[in-house]
Amino acid sequence: MEKPFIISVSREFGSGGHVVASALARYFHIPLYDKNILNKIAAENGCDPKLLQDYDEKPRNIFTSRKVKGYCNSNEANIANLQFTYLRDHADNGESFVVLGRCSDEVLRDYRNVISIFVLADIYFKKERTMEREHLSENAALELMSKRDMQRKYYHNQYCRGKWGDSRNYDLCINSAKLGIPGTCDFLIRYVEERIAAMK
Amino acid sequence: MNIAAIVALCIFILMFVLLITEKLPRHISSLLCAVLTIGLVFGLCMRDTGAIWETLSLRSFLTPSFWFNKGTVEPSVGINWETILFIFGMMIMVEGMAASGFFRWLCISIARAVHFKPVPIFFIFTILAAVLSMFIDSITVIMFLAAVTVEIAKLLHIDPRPLLLSEIFCANLGGSATMCGDPPNIIIGTSLGYTFFDFLSNTGLIALLALIFSVLYFYLCFRKKLKAENMPTGEIALPNAKDAITSKSSFISSCLIFLCAIILLITHAQTGLTVSTIGMIVAVLTLLCNAKNAGKLVKSIDYHTLLFFTGLFVVVSGLEKTGILTILANAIQKVSGGNVIVMIVIILFGSGIASAIIDNIPFAATMIPVIRTLSSMQGVDLQTLAWTLSMGTDIGGSATPIGASANVVGTSISAKNGYPISWKEYCKYQVPVTLLVLAISTAVIIIRYI
Repeated sequence: MEKPFIISVSREFGSGGHVVASALARYFHIPLYDKNILNKIAAENGCDPKLLQDYDEKPRNIFTSRKVKGYCNSNEANIANLQFTYLRDHADNGESFVVLGRCSDEVLRDYRNVISIFVLADIYFKKERTMEREHLSENAALELMSKRDMQRKYYHNQYCRGKWGDSRNYDLCINSAKLGIPGTCDFLIRYVEERIAAMK
Repeated sequence: MNIAAIVALCIFILMFVLLITEKLPRHISSLLCAVLTIGLVFGLCMRDTGAIWETLSLRSFLTPSFWFNKGTVEPSVGINWETILFIFGMMIMVEGMAASGFFRWLCISIARAVHFKPVPIFFIFTILAAVLSMFIDSITVIMFLAAVTVEIAKLLHIDPRPLLLSEIFCANLGGSATMCGDPPNIIIGTSLGYTFFDFLSNTGLIALLALIFSVLYFYLCFRKKLKAENMPTGEIALPNAKDAITSKSSFISSCLIFLCAIILLITHAQTGLTVSTIGMIVAVLTLLCNAKNAGKLVKSIDYHTLLFFTGLFVVVSGLEKTGILTILANAIQKVSGGNVIVMIVIILFGSGIASAIIDNIPFAATMIPVIRTLSSMQGVDLQTLAWTLSMGTDIGGSATPIGASANVVGTSISAKNGYPISWKEYCKYQVPVTLLVLAISTAVIIIRYI
């Protein structure tokens, strides 16, 4: 039986991280965990997934939440922790999967079979992709990119010791603008294959 | 305003900033500000070592009235050790009860008695939250009640949020009924020398009236949501109350100690036992009955809260001794124009609004010297102002998810189980009922005391 492995993909907004993660999951025939984790968590708890979506990958607001005796009433923090538990449970079960964001670089840090990747890109590349995908003007695209990256950074840094995007926290950081997204996917597939081979 | 007053105010603001931003743990923030108050305000600015000793209030342990007092109770100044000792004792007792499985047993037994039907569970659990919170801190009550509520709601396929919202509000309301129900009441009671029965016959009556209206309000709001739409068919594995009990002997002793605590509190005006003595009695009894786990029980105490209170009392003393709180009292007097009714409305709604935004414990501690000053300046009965402050801080805290600790615990348990409650949703139900109860409190206080 093949040894289980986990690919953690973190990304800048517009860099194509989601496309890369999907391609890796497809190639290796393993599940991709992104915001679909919320559907699974909702099903386990018997609640409506729409209830959880508003709080996905968002930082805790310290002015609208408090901590008392280990209880924190930030919905963002609680939903994040539900996702972290879900990921750890699946890793403990020896499952192979690709996970997009969700502080997985830190949450799964102690698992030796984790391959952590950070996808970044040049600003022109991210801007053009964002303008095309979101049908936005140049300024609106730049604004959205800045807002979402800021959100991801605060979200990540609240739960992790290492800083978001800091190369020391990842096994590999790759600029998707240099090889294009298909080229980046091909490169990462080869890299992951090498890593899997090295695990054996 | 002199330099000492400015420094004391700056330290107080710093403490609030640290508490809100959570840059440091809550107890470290308050202790750090306490050290600053002693060093900068009393030491450097005032050069008054007497003020330091008075604030530390260590002599109070040696006075007989700290342990036994049948006459007039001296209002406490500085660190209110009576509050801290009482909370410590109650914490030990509650830990013992929790370890024996008492709370879970109680909740499940009641749910079983009404055959796990959502509407009766709604009524009984909300009233249970209020009744338990009269004697036990509302955080513990909600911690156990909310966990069982979510468990039962999941079994019955109903949304637990309506039940939780009602329970949280009623726990805060129940806490306002007695001296030991809510930390602001313990501080008000021990600082101003009121008894358990004083609270029960004053805020208790208001809370009872308000509870009737609140339960009806929540039922009208949630009656449709309490109907199980996809009621599970067939056998459901319902929890068994007996399974909750971890040790029969600990369970029986916990029940007896709890009963003993209630009797001692109700009769403490007659027996002369102060709340610090009662706290120590229940703590010692709990430890003796759980001798095997005594170390574990003592270790599980939330010392951070006790340290937070200690630091808080020092910081508030800084404000009091430098005259800041007299300035605040003068401002309230000026705005009210000496009219007692206006003063009551300002204190009740002012403390209500403030408690909805900031932690109600430091707010209550700060306001006690203010109402004391107002009473002596205006000749208004101090008790009237004390009940007003108590209702304002206890009830106002219910309005937002961060206003009171029970709200934080309840909403956290809900979110942890996949049912996040947004601010919008929380406030949509809790703000109207908070205003309703504040209005009821205002009316009762004006009719009864003015």
